[in-house]
Parts: sequence; structure tokens; C-alpha cells
Amino acid sequence: MIKIKNISKSFDGKEVIKDISGEFDQGKTNLIIGASGTGKSVLLKCIVGLIVADTGKVFYDFRNFTEADKDMKTQIRREIGMLFQGGALFDSKTVEQNVMFPLDVLTEMKQEEKLDRVNFCLQRVGLENINKKMPSEISGGMKKRVGIARSIVNKPNYLFCDEPNSGLDPQTAIKIDDLIMEITHELNTTTIVVTHDMNSVMGIGEKIMFLFNGMNLWEGSSKDIMDSEVSELQNFVFSNKVMLNLKSQK
Amino acid sequence: MQFMKEFGRYVTFLGLLFVRRETLKTYYKLTVDECILIGIQSATLVAVVAAFMGAVTTVQTAYNMVSPLIPKYIISQVVREMTILELAPTIIAIIYAGKVGSSMAGGLGSMRITEQIDALEVMGINSASYLALPKILASILMYPLLVILAGFCSLLGGYVVGGLAGIITPADYTYGLRFFFDSYSITFALIKAFVFAFLISSISSFKGYFTTGGALEVGIATTSAVTTSIIAVLLSDYFLAQLLYLR
Repeated sequence: MIKIKNISKSFDGKEVIKDISGEFDQGKTNLIIGASGTGKSVLLKCIVGLIVADTGKVFYDFRNFTEADKDMKTQIRREIGMLFQGGALFDSKTVEQNVMFPLDVLTEMKQEEKLDRVNFCLQRVGLENINKKMPSEISGGMKKRVGIARSIVNKPNYLFCDEPNSGLDPQTAIKIDDLIMEITHELNTTTIVVTHDMNSVMGIGEKIMFLFNGMNLWEGSSKDIMDSEVSELQNFVFSNKVMLNLKSQK
Repeated sequence: MQFMKEFGRYVTFLGLLFVRRETLKTYYKLTVDECILIGIQSATLVAVVAAFMGAVTTVQTAYNMVSPLIPKYIISQVVREMTILELAPTIIAIIYAGKVGSSMAGGLGSMRITEQIDALEVMGINSASYLALPKILASILMYPLLVILAGFCSLLGGYVVGGLAGIITPADYTYGLRFFFDSYSITFALIKAFVFAFLISSISSFKGYFTTGGALEVGIATTSAVTTSIIAVLLSDYFLAQLLYLR
């Protein structure tokens, strides 16, 4: 479980996220949604510590990450897996080396054990026989899958995904979403997904936080979202024609 | 003020290299990889440039020595001194900054904008140390070797051109190379090589590591890395020359 308390962050005097608090449950896909520029990615980076928040605290299973010393922060970070928007695969390494990287650096496993684990993870994300390919030789969807494989290879307790299906065709996007949800349940991770894709929201949103202008305006599940009375959320949700049709059918 | 701020960030960056380090085995492998890369990237270019530097210096020195009273072997003595004290360590440093420094800054800058550095940080790895320290160590190990190669090729270039053009006989050239030779020049050239290698690799890594924005900014960071490295090399060259003079 991850808990955030009163997180705020400004850039050049402009407050991008304002006093956000909330909880993200273990074993669930927790979504942070909102239109572009509402501070979703900034909030996610504040949670993982890539951006230092101006105020507020982040707790990983009751461990205060914000005030932790460097060793504790490193320890917590080694329990984190993260999928970045562009995959963030290392250009100079093959797919296999990319996925094996956390094991190489963070564990004392033997080469055969590492290779088994890498192959297991690649199979788990539906990729086989691409071990020796370079990131530049594979498609965007494959890169995301490799990114997921790399983020789960170390059996993380916390999984973060920053716009996992941006730039993907709808079919691949759904597959990636399903994969994230399955892995969350399988590994019982606390998963936080940042997205503005309504298919993801309806498909995998077990717990949703809606951001608007840097504020947390609404929390609930995908089942509640249609009935919410927050006008900003309604505008966001029903700006999608499919959702509008769903509403009219309802 | 801006310079002081930037310098402070640079010093902090250097400090970052030595905290939360990974295992020595990890650094060993990365440093060896970087050494090979630097060697492959630079050896041919350094050898070619140095050979021509030596050849041109021989011709120019001969052209400017109009007095028949000056013995011919002075030409190679001048070439030797210029090569060991300035041309090999300093001019090659400028080429090194353009070739290897820009590659370091560009590589790290690209890693920054494509979130690869963030990926390392999220894994709990000190990205500055993991990425920059092996580059700096490899530079400190490899650049003195490149300076030695450059010195050899430069003197060889002078020898070949001097003989082919009939400027100086091989025997005179060899005699001049040995004439009043102070081995401290070699020590001094290597001290310079260590200092320049550290400056170029650390400044380039610093510029690349803190790139923000997109592809355009990577280009700007790369240019800035080369420019700043060259200025730092020339400044330190002056101060080191003063030290040599004081000796």
C-alpha cells in the first residue's frame, strides 16, 4: 500500500500539483487519470522520488519515503518496478540485457538463474525469440512489453506505469492494460498507472484518482465513474464518443 | 554569478560520483568497456592528426631556421619539445574533447531525455556514479596512452617528412631527438594528460547528465560540453605551464 499526504509541487512559481492526498491499494491497479497537463506524471514522479515535492509525504507500506535516509530510499527503490512512457530501454543493450539489467546490478544470482528469470518474464509478457534484438529493432508495443518485463524481473512490491499505452494502437493498448492488471494480481503489487485513456480507465481501473488542475477532485472505481456528479470528471469522461454512446445507452 | 552556480553544480556532481556506489566488479566491467570504446573511437584519429602535426612542425621549423649557423638537428629538438610539451597533450586534448567528450555528452543527454537515467534511479542505482564514473576512469586510463601514441606518431611524422623532403637526415633527426633531453618533459606531459582527461570527461559527463528538454537541447549540451572542456583544458594548460616554469 502506498499513501501520499498533502503533496504539492511548483515549477517556476506555478503550482502544478496542489495538496494531494490519497491511498493506493495493494493487489489493485490504481489509476491516476486526468487531461494532459493536470500533473499526473509529476505526481507519479513525486511518489517515486524522481521529483522532490515541495511539501507532503509519501509512505510505502508505512515506511516514510520522503524523510528516509539514502540507504532506506535505495532499499525502497529496489522494490519498485517502473514502466516509462517511451519504455526507457537502454539503447546500447539487447532486449535480454535490458531485462537482465536489474538482476545484474542488484542481485548476486548466477547467470543461468538470471537467464531463466529473464526468459520467464519475456514469455510472461508474450515475447519470445527476441532476446538478442536491440531496442531499435522492435516495435513500440514490444518496447512497452520489454519495459514491463524489466520492471517485474526483480519481483517488485510496487509497480508504476506512466502512460503505458500512449502511442499504441487500441488492440495493443488493451493487451498492455490486461497484462498490467494480470501482473498486479499475480504478484500482488501496489500498482499505480497514470493514464488519460478511457479504455484503460474502464478496463483496469480498480481504484481511480481524478486530477484536475493539479487537484484531486474525485476518487472511486470504474463502476462509479459513470454516476459521478463532479462536472470536471463528467466533461473528461464524456469527451470520449464511445463513453458518450455508453451513457446514452444507459 | 551564473558561472559560480554552474561550478557549484559541477562540484556537487563530482561528489555524487562517490556516494551509493555499486560493486567494484560492476565498475571494473563498465570501465573496461569504456576503455575499449575510447580506444577504438580515438586511436586512428589521434595517430593521423599527430603524424601530420609532427610533419608540419618539422617543415615549418626548417622554413623558419634561416641561419646556416644553426645545426639541422635543432629542428628535431624543437619538434620533440613542442610535441611532448604541447602538441601531444594539449592539441590532442582538443581533438579528444571533440570526439570523445561530445560522444559522452550526447550519449548521456539522450539517456536523460529518453528517461533511461530516470529508469536507473528508480531501480535504486546512483545513475551519476554508474554512468559517469566509468567514463572518467576510462578517460584517465586511456588518454595518457593516447598522448604517448600521439607523441610517437608526431615524432615519426617529422622523421618521415624530414627525410623525404630532404629537410634533415635521419641521423640528424635522431640526434636532435636525443639532444639535451630532459625526461621530466615526459612526466610533465603525462601529468597534463591526466588533468586534461579528467576535465574533459567530467565536464562532458556533467553537461550531458543534466540535459533537459529534447533533441535540440542534447545538441546544445554537446556543443557546450566541447566548448567548456576546451576552455578548461587551455586554462589548466596555462597553470600547469606556470608550475613547470617554477620548477
